[in-house]
Parts: sequence; C-alpha cells; structure tokens
Amino acid sequence: MSLFLIVALPFLGALLPGLMNQAGRQTCFMATFTVTLLAALGVATHIPAILSGDVVTARLDWLPSLGMNVNLFLDPLGLLFVGLILGIGLLIIAYARLYLSRDDNMGEFFSYLLLFQGAMVGIVLSDNILMMLVFWELTSLSSFLLIGFWKHLPEGRQGARMALTVTGMGGLALIGGMLILGNIVGSYDLTVILENRDVIQQSPLYVPALLLILLGCFTKSAQFPFHFWLPHAMAAPTPVSAYLHSATMVKAGLFLMARLWPVLSGSEWWFWLVAGAGLVTMVLGAIIALFKDDLKALLAFSTVSHLGLITFLLGTGSGFAAMAAVFHIINHACFKAALFMTAGIVDHEAHTRDMTRLGGLRRLMPVTFAIGTLAALAMAGIPLFNGFVSKEMMLEEAAHTVIFELPWLVPAIATLGALFSAAYSFRFIVHTFLGPVRDDYPAKPHDPPAGMWLPPALLIVPVMALGVAPFLAEPFVKTVTGAVLRGTAEVPDYHLAVWHGVTPALMMSVVAVLGGALLLALFPPLARGWNAAPRPEAKSIFDGVIGGAVSLARTITGGLHDGSFTRYAAIMIVTVVAAGAHAWFSGAIGLPTRAMMPMNINAVLSWGLLIVATATLVVVHRNRLITLILMGIVGVVVSLGFNHFSAPDLALTQISVEVVTIILLLLALNFLPNRTPKESSSGRKIRDAAIAVAGGIGSGALIYAMLMRDFVAPSISDYHLENSYKGGGGDNVVNVILVDFRGFDTFGEIIVLGIAALVIYALTETLLSGPVRARLLKRGYEERRAGDAHPLMMVVLTRVMLPVVLMVGVYIFLRGHNEPGGGFIAGLVVAIGVVMQYMASGFAWADARQRYPYHAIIGAGVLVAGVTGIGAWFFGHPFLTSSFGYFRIPPMEEFELATAMGFDLGVFLAVVGAVMLSLESFSRLSRRQGDRPSEHPMDIDPSRENSEEDA
Amino acid sequence: MELLVASAIGVMTAAGIYLVLRLRTFPVIIGISLLTYAVNVFLFAAGRLTTDAPAVLRDGVETYADPLPQALVLTAIVISFGMTAVVVIIALGSWLSCDDDLIDTPRSESDPEVADVVPRGGVSR
Repeated sequence: MSLFLIVALPFLGALLPGLMNQAGRQTCFMATFTVTLLAALGVATHIPAILSGDVVTARLDWLPSLGMNVNLFLDPLGLLFVGLILGIGLLIIAYARLYLSRDDNMGEFFSYLLLFQGAMVGIVLSDNILMMLVFWELTSLSSFLLIGFWKHLPEGRQGARMALTVTGMGGLALIGGMLILGNIVGSYDLTVILENRDVIQQSPLYVPALLLILLGCFTKSAQFPFHFWLPHAMAAPTPVSAYLHSATMVKAGLFLMARLWPVLSGSEWWFWLVAGAGLVTMVLGAIIALFKDDLKALLAFSTVSHLGLITFLLGTGSGFAAMAAVFHIINHACFKAALFMTAGIVDHEAHTRDMTRLGGLRRLMPVTFAIGTLAALAMAGIPLFNGFVSKEMMLEEAAHTVIFELPWLVPAIATLGALFSAAYSFRFIVHTFLGPVRDDYPAKPHDPPAGMWLPPALLIVPVMALGVAPFLAEPFVKTVTGAVLRGTAEVPDYHLAVWHGVTPALMMSVVAVLGGALLLALFPPLARGWNAAPRPEAKSIFDGVIGGAVSLARTITGGLHDGSFTRYAAIMIVTVVAAGAHAWFSGAIGLPTRAMMPMNINAVLSWGLLIVATATLVVVHRNRLITLILMGIVGVVVSLGFNHFSAPDLALTQISVEVVTIILLLLALNFLPNRTPKESSSGRKIRDAAIAVAGGIGSGALIYAMLMRDFVAPSISDYHLENSYKGGGGDNVVNVILVDFRGFDTFGEIIVLGIAALVIYALTETLLSGPVRARLLKRGYEERRAGDAHPLMMVVLTRVMLPVVLMVGVYIFLRGHNEPGGGFIAGLVVAIGVVMQYMASGFAWADARQRYPYHAIIGAGVLVAGVTGIGAWFFGHPFLTSSFGYFRIPPMEEFELATAMGFDLGVFLAVVGAVMLSLESFSRLSRRQGDRPSEHPMDIDPSRENSEEDA
Repeated sequence: MELLVASAIGVMTAAGIYLVLRLRTFPVIIGISLLTYAVNVFLFAAGRLTTDAPAVLRDGVETYADPLPQALVLTAIVISFGMTAVVVIIALGSWLSCDDDLIDTPRSESDPEVADVVPRGGVSR
C-alpha cells in the first residue's frame, strides 16, 4: 500500500465515526477498527522489504520553491513507531468500545482518536521536516481534544489546556529549531539532513538549533522541567492515557531525538542536556510516583520516569545505549499500555482508582489481577519479564558513564531511579490487589467482560515472551538501532539475553529490587513524611506564570488599544516615521544622478494653488463646506499634475473620481453637522502638528531623494512597453497592463469595489430598518429650502447632456486600448452622467426610471470579466490570457477586436454599478416624510397648465 | 520641478496626518483623503517624472513615461473612492444612530482606571 494512503487513511477515516454516530456504537467502533486495521495491513505489506534493508519512499512535489514537498519514507525506526501506533491503537480502540459509557459520544471520541493516529503516523513517516512540523502540531491539537474529551470535568479542561500550552510552546520552539537545521543544510528533506552531520555540528547555529529542537522534544516527552503537564493530562479517559501517554504521543519527542541522533548527538551540549535531563527526570518521576495514591497518577509519573530513562540512553551517545533505548521503547509501550488499561478496568469496576480505598481485589478480579501483576513486575524490572532486560542494559550503560570525574555517581543515581521504580511497581500490585478484601468499595468490583481484558492480556504476551526469550527481538532491535545510528556508530555486538553473568548491572538490579521491597515495607511512615514536606506544586506555578502572562498582555493591550482611534493613528504614524528615520540615517545613499527638470510658470502657479489650498484647509477645517471646496481644488491640481507628467489616464481618472467623491461627501454633509466643534487643547494641537510635520518632511524628503536618483535595479516597465503591442495588442500601455498583464489584479479590484458598494448598501438598509428610519423621516429642515428644488434650467441641461455624456463614455471606452481611456474612466464618466439626473430631477423621479438594479450591474460586470478570463481556458491558455485580431467589415476601416475589451467591459459595468449603488444608498437616507415622487422631472414647467400646484 | 512635487507630497501628507489626528469623523475622513492623494502621487512619482511622453506607443518614439506605477495608481484612485464611501457610511451610521461623531470610543464610567478625557458631545477642553 502506498505510504500516502497509509498516512491519509486515519484522516479520511476520522470522518466516519463522526458521521456514523447515529448508526450506533458498534458501527462507530467497527469503522474505526477497520480503518486502523487497513492502515496496519498496509504497513505490514512493506515489512519484508524493510527488514531486507530497503527504505520505502513516496514523493510528491508540492511547493518545491519553498522546499515543502510531500515526501514520506518508511525505514526500520519508522516501522517500529508506526507498528506501535497502529498495533496498540487497535487494542485501545477495542478497549475503548467497552470502556466508554452510554453517555459518552463515541463517534466524537473515535474521530479525535483517528485524527491523532493520523498525525502520529504522519510524524514518523515524514521525510520533509516542514511536513513533520505540521503533523507535530496536529498531535498537540488532537491530543488537546482527547484530553479534554470529558468537557464537563474542570480537571479535564484544565489538563487539556495545560498540555496544549506546554506542548504547543515546545512545538513553536521546534519549528524554529527545525528551520535553522534546514537552513544549515540547505534542504528540508530529512534524509538529506541526516547525511550532513559534519556540516551541522560545525555550524555556529548548531547550539541554537539543538536547544530549540530539544525544547520541542522535552515538552512533548514530558522531560524535566516540563514533566508536570503529563500527570494533569490524566484527567482524560483511560484509553486516551493508555494510548497517548504511554505508547505514542509522549514518545514522539523520543522518536525525534532518535531520528536526529546521527546529526545532533555526540556533542558536549547533547550529552549534558539530554542525558542530564533524562537522568533527573528518571529519578524525580520515580520518587513522586511512589507517593501518588491515584493509580493513574502513579502510572503517569512512572511514565515520566521511564521516558527519562530512554532520554538518558539517547543522551549518552553510544551505540549500545541507542540499542537499549530502542528495546526499552518497545518494552515500555507494551507493559505501560497494559498497566493503564488495568487501571482503567479497576476504575471502571470499583469506581475508584484511589489506592487508599482499594486493596484485596485479587480475589474479586482474578483476571485483572493476573494482567496487572505481570505488567507491573515487568515495570519493576524483575527477571523473566521484558522490562528486566532493557533495564539491565540501562544500568550497564550507566555503569560506564562518568560525570564530574566521579565514576560512582551515575550508577548510583540510576540505581536510585530503578529502586523507586521497583518500589512503586510493587505498591501498584500490593495496594490494589493484595491485602484483605474490603467491604467499602464504591462499587462491587468484578472482572470486566472479555472484550475489555483481552487487549491488555494480548500485551502481556510480548511482555512475557521478550522477558523469557529476548533473543526473539534481537534481529529487529538491531535493525532499528542501525536505522537510528545510520552509520555514525557501530551497532554493538551485544546479545539480548536474560543472563549475562554476574555483572555490575546485575548487582545494581538486585539492590534496586530489594531496596524497592524494603521501601514498600516502610511505606506508611515515608508517605506521612512526604505529605508533610513542603514541595512546589507544579499546577500553581503554571497557573501563576499563565496569570502573569495574561495580565502583562492585558496591560500592553490596554495601553495601546484603549478604544482611542486617534491614539492608534498617532502610534502608527510615529512608528512609521521613526522606522523611516532609522533607515534614512543608518543607510547609505548615493549622490543624485538625475538633473532637476526646469520649472515653468504654470507649474509653479499650480503648486502655489495646491499649497495654499491645503494650508487653508487645515486652518479652516472646522467649516466643513469650505473644506470640501478646498479638497476639490487640491484634487484638480493633482489631476493637472498627472496630466503634466505624461499620465493622461490618471488625470482623467482623478478628475472623475474627484467629482463623485465630492458629491458623496456633500451628500454625507447633508446629515452631519456643518461645523466641527473646537475641542483639542493647544498642547494637543502642537503635538499633532509636530507629528504631522515630521511625517510630511519624511515623505517629502524620501520622494525627493528618489526623484533625483535613477532606479537601483532595472525596472520591469521596459518589458511592459516592449510587449504591450506584441502580446496585448494595444498601444496604451497603462490600459494593457490593467486588462492584460495584471488583469488578475484588476479582476480582484473590481470585486473589492463591488463589495465596498454592497457593504454601503447593506449598512444603509440596516440604518433604514432600525430606529434611525423614523428619525430621518421626521427630521425637519434646518436651512431655508430653495423655492425650486428641481430647477428647469438644470433639468433641461442635464437631460440634453446625458446622451452626450454617454457617447463620450462609449468613446473613451472604445479607444481605451490604444489611446488614453478605458473601462475605469468610461465607467466613472457614465456614472457622473447618471448622477446628474438624480441631482437635477430628484432621487425619486430618477429612481423610478432606473430599470436595472445597480447590484445586478456590479454582478454582471464581475461575471463578464470572469467569463472573458475563463474563455482563455477553451483555447488552452491560462486564466485571463487575451487574444486579438484585426477585422474589416466594409465599408468601415480595418479595426481591432481584442478579448481584453470584454474584460474592460466587465470593469466598466462594475465601476458604474459600484459608484451608482454607493451614491444611491446615500441618497436613500435623505428621503423625508411627506416626500412623494414627482411625476415630472421639474417642479415648475411653463408648458404644464397647473405646474404651480405640483411644486 | 522635482522639488515642487516632493514639497507638495510633503505638505499634503502633513495636512493629512494632522487631520487624521482630529477627534471628529469628518476631518478624519478628509485627512484620509488627503493622505490618499499624497500616497497616490508618491507612488506615481516613484516611476520618476517625465513630461510629454505618455505611455501610448507611437512609431519612432523611444522614450515613454513609466507605465507601471500609472496602472497601479489608476486602480488605487478608484479603490480609494470605494474606501472613502465605506468610511463615510460608517461615520454616518454612527452619527445617525448614536448622535455622536467622535472618533474615539468613550470610556465606560464604571471603569475609571481607563477613563479618558474625551467627553461625549464634544465639550471644549
């Protein structure tokens, strides 16, 4: 089966249980189980190839320019993990079927579980580190959903949040570290990275990359000091704990450390950080675990401890330790998943997992007792169980690890860890199952149905088999170790066996087991001492840190984002000016390379007009009507400037936009107060003026510097000039850029314009359907009204002009491709012509004669432009490719037809529609009560008999 | 000539910024419009100034104005109309429904810690 399919199966399958929820619990379960089984069978088809030394790959270029490709590969290390994920997954799914109660939404649970499974499979199969990071984040998210599955429990929600915060933070660090790693090597492909050990280790960025990657691994695998989230995640349903927190997710960090072992390990930094954290975590986790009364908390801290053990082994950097780590990963997954399921069964049947309320279950739950005891003995490291063999290897490695030049130190710490490990394993057995039968269990305990105890029982098979005959696993463990080492160290010639003779490791083991038993015997006084001793509570520290971060964020947000727009604007402007000033003063700029163009009298006069108008505008800005007139002057001068500097298209656009903008603002002023009150203090005015002057000087100086110098890099404009006629069939390069070279931009722009108009329409509708409507209708007239609202002269003039304006619009539109003009300008001109009718004859009269709604015109415009663009597909060209040809219809002259014209027609329609819809919406607000649409265009018409009455 | 264009951009920017920092909607809208002029002219001028050489191809003519900034600014001018119209209707909506054309959110009195100095209704200060 293709690796793509193996990764995709759980994700696709995740839809099934959710959809089939109505079909019943058994259907949900069957769907989930089948999907996982299919994926597992798919993996199984590759096993022979991989064991014979091949690496299965699947590659697909996705975004090669970013180095992001869907590359998957399956090697022995990947096979080990994918086997754990899918194999234990199958058992967990079967177990969860009976564990979840009728109140739990099973479809939801299995959907999350499959999502998680897919993300995990993705991590271990990714050959592209960017892909791997995506899957990594997905495991954090899906585990958040699973931990918080019991949404009604506050512990569940808090635990889920804590897990997400810690692993999510680590995930961010990991992204940084992996990107650095990819940059050092120059490739994001894992297989390439793994072959560049020397390049990576000699890079100055090796240490930052290592720190960030380890932060990701340590948070995921709950290594000290990030171990605290794992016990809190135990609020999850037990199948989740057994799956995520023993066999899979927490091992993702170990997986990544093992995967990157060939390139990252072997340095001082690696040894101290990884081995150190591992050693501390192993001992600390083991000690805390002994004193936890909750079965799952005990197992959680024991998991922390065992993860520390494996981390320690990966950290020492020898091939032997790597082999021990691989073997312990297998062993730990088997016995710990079985133990979690046992704890779940106890909880399920006795309705408590508090060991102080348990004991004596041996007689009531014999099957569970057998499973739990066998698994716990493996955890304790008793001979003939699998945990013994790998723990011996760990102790052997510890015996050869020297720090601080004290040869006894590491062995002593490791023995201490093993000792507490034995102690809590014994406690798990003794305080749950042994002792007298009690009569105060919250429920009447008995063995669960076979469906529930079979999954853990199946896990006991490898626990016993590998314990009695570890050589069975030897070839596989050595193959996987080879995949971890990748030739950077020899796979040790060590045989997995129960008996290696009387070695130091055996002595340490004996001490640990005997010491563990002794510790349990002394447990009651020890526990009293432990409970009396003050110790830091991780949750309150975590809550404190989060609380601090939240209040810091609130302070910053409150200071910057306090609802005062003026303040945001000031902050933004000052920041931009400061950044510009920094660039200006710290950068280098060459001497001017262009000569100044000579001034002429017209230019100076226009400039003077603009400066005076702008300055006056600022001074008199409280008088809003005069402000508008001055704005008009500024706009006209800007249009003249465009015209003077060889931009006729811009001049035409600017002048027509100016007209509609001023009309729009006049309409608005109809409602707004005519004057702005005085309210700024003079200090504030001076401050604002200072900011304004700084911004003005900055922008003026910048553009002056640019204008006096040539382009620093060759401009792409020449390309457009050269190809405008050849490729676009037009002489007006500006228009060809709009409708052809950058047609897609223009397409987006007319859509934006249309949306803006629709927003205005929608807001007007909202205003008119609320209480504002009544106020608007009842509004009186503030000013004296003109006697003749629709004067005859104006009506006649605009009506005569309308056909002329339309003709001009068509003319500008048609010539646009080769002469200044085009859809934008034509649309604005036509809109002005229509607006004149509204102004002259009144809104109601004009509206009654408007046949097509403006929304439809906008829509038609976008549609026409889009269809023209799509038309190119039928000729095998990309979207919006234009073509053109020359035709002759007698008796006319030869003329050109270009598909770009269809696109320009779309632009034209969209602009007309958008401008008209905006202005029409504004006008609708101005209707008052008592207004009735006039039948006639003008109030006073001498040709009408009773025209006075109509007025 | 370059000096005239640059100074005009500077003056329009300064006036625009000053008006944007006012407290009522109308001057702020006018300020944004002035800034729009300044930015459009700035972008246009980034193609350097040329006279009597519009980017309309003619036989035998070799020098043309830079067409690219012109095309970009052309759409910018039209879009800025749309933007102004949206801002104006928002301002109008606020004035019509709340009788208020202040640009800043008035602070709630129940939260004196963040109380600002902007009173409702625009009393001089």
